[in-house]
Amino acid sequence: MKDQDIVERIQKNPKFFEFVRMRNNYSYVLSALMLIAYFGYILLIAFDKQLLATKMAAGATMSIGIPMGVGVLVFTIVITAIYVRRANSEFDAIKDEIVKEASK
Amino acid sequence: MIKAKHILGGIAALLVAGAALAAGADLGQAQKQETNWTAIVMFAIFVGITLWITKWAATKTKTAADFYTAGGGITGFQNGLAIAGDYMSAASFLGISGLVFGSGFDGLIFSIGWLVGWPVITFLMAERLRNLGKFTFADVAGYRFDPGPIRSFAACGSLVVVAFYLIAQMVGAGQLIKLLFGLDYLYAVMLVGIIMMTYVLFGGMTATTWVQIIKACMLLAGATFMALAVMFQFGFSPEAMFTKAVEVHSKHDAIMSPGALINDPISAISVGMALMFGTAGLPHILMRFFTVPSAKEARKSVAWATTWIGYFYILTFIIGFGAITNLIPNPADYFVGGDLAKGLKGGGNMAAVHLAKAVGGDMFMGFISAVAFATILAVVAGLTLSGASAVSHDLYASVWRHGNVDSATELRVSRITTVCLGIFAVALGVVFEKQNVAFMVMLAFAVACSANFPVLFMSVLWKDCTTKGAVAGGTVGLISSVALTVLSPAVWEASFGNPKGSALFPYASSAIFSMTAAFLVIYIVSKLDNSAQAKKERALFPAQLIRSETGVGSSSASGH
Repeated sequence: MKDQDIVERIQKNPKFFEFVRMRNNYSYVLSALMLIAYFGYILLIAFDKQLLATKMAAGATMSIGIPMGVGVLVFTIVITAIYVRRANSEFDAIKDEIVKEASK
Repeated sequence: MIKAKHILGGIAALLVAGAALAAGADLGQAQKQETNWTAIVMFAIFVGITLWITKWAATKTKTAADFYTAGGGITGFQNGLAIAGDYMSAASFLGISGLVFGSGFDGLIFSIGWLVGWPVITFLMAERLRNLGKFTFADVAGYRFDPGPIRSFAACGSLVVVAFYLIAQMVGAGQLIKLLFGLDYLYAVMLVGIIMMTYVLFGGMTATTWVQIIKACMLLAGATFMALAVMFQFGFSPEAMFTKAVEVHSKHDAIMSPGALINDPISAISVGMALMFGTAGLPHILMRFFTVPSAKEARKSVAWATTWIGYFYILTFIIGFGAITNLIPNPADYFVGGDLAKGLKGGGNMAAVHLAKAVGGDMFMGFISAVAFATILAVVAGLTLSGASAVSHDLYASVWRHGNVDSATELRVSRITTVCLGIFAVALGVVFEKQNVAFMVMLAFAVACSANFPVLFMSVLWKDCTTKGAVAGGTVGLISSVALTVLSPAVWEASFGNPKGSALFPYASSAIFSMTAAFLVIYIVSKLDNSAQAKKERALFPAQLIRSETGVGSSSASGH
């Protein structure tokens, strides 16, 4: 079957639009989480440097800003991995199903 | 030496101003060091291996598709390493570890900024780019738009970013070779130009990708060894490392808290936006999404790239602190005249290189120096390839010949462009030798986030976007980002030497204004556009949506 026909059939399938909406919502929520984590950290520094300079414990050298910063780095890696894992399994399965239906 | 120190001090001030510097390679005016034969020999071995790979890649580079995208035959894991290699440049290694060595905490803030763009690319761009594009990011915007104007604009956006980036890299290469190998500036610029042209001309994307992968592995291995060696000294206790660092560093406890890097919130947000969204508009990064066979592999590549880059930044942070604890107690070996106040031999950017000697001896230092220089070579090759594809695929094949051109001719034009860009890069390196080019990378990021990113984002995700809107908004973003960046304190005062307070634009980055302006103009002009062409473009959106979301009908990038 030609690609053109598949595209036309998908265009008539409400499941496709539902799928796109669902996946986009998921992408936007994760993007928002990332923006909050990063800009939250940056604005915390801009507005209250002392807070991040607070020591981990009385007598300790490390300030809480350091594990928080490393935390943002790790969060970035983890949130990317979470998305890719779900997209490569669940989302791709739904997408393949929709394409297969249209290709019959 | 006083002059060199003065200028390096200026660079440090730029970093403090929140300049988007570290991804480039501006290392200031460096003082020539003793000839380092170990490093030169190791570098020669690297070049030998990569040229051998280029010879192999040449047998696989027969069509334009092979040249631009390695025939789409790169796996997600390999591509992830290559993207990480593009991103872990000489200055993000030497620059960030040097910043940590100088001011501790601030180096961490800086490296976070460089990483956070990746999830956004993953969630919103990677898969759609792969499904809509073939060779360049203009293919994506050009799917439903009038090819003439949109491709001309996209090619301009790409070439401007590539040119700014190339200047920073070429000048960085010249300064670095004086520091690392003890050779002359001109040798470095010529060497980089010739070797890079060889990679791209004969091996195309296949060679460029493998050079980048090898370099990324060497850099990650070297940095891992250094970080482990440092942690071993402190029984793997960060607290013990920080305690020792605070004890010996001249700023003492201040290195544990944020310093002058972020002051006013507007600059903080603006710099953050430039880093975050600029990454999603860099042509040499975007073109890597076309080298993998499917959307699945495209997603895997960003996941791997993010992991490696994030891991690398954590290592750089440890390396910076390791430099504090290892170098400062031994001023006679590492500081100018054995005097702490006079700074590190070769400047603050040499912290990682000196630490390599402290933990691994001369051989290891040679290895790290060779890797740092190889980094520039690989990044320049990627930049040249993306510039060449913008000229040959977008301007020549699509705009000028309206797509009526065979693969062999297009390939020939790419190669001619590569030679021209190579000569151009060497010339730029020579012309800008004495200039402070730190701001070039800021300009590249400002243009990428204000011109390329909004056009890509809106053309893919907004159904009412039209050619006129995209071109008008992108142009506004391009012009305003360049103008505001030039008028900002870091460029107008620190680089051009105008008096303090004379900069018309007070913030560290233009992004918050120029990127917003681009989006607004795209929106308004598209809304007002009621031409027949606009109606046709809007009618094509559903088909574009299906292709971008499912990959049906998308190019396999094989071109066979």
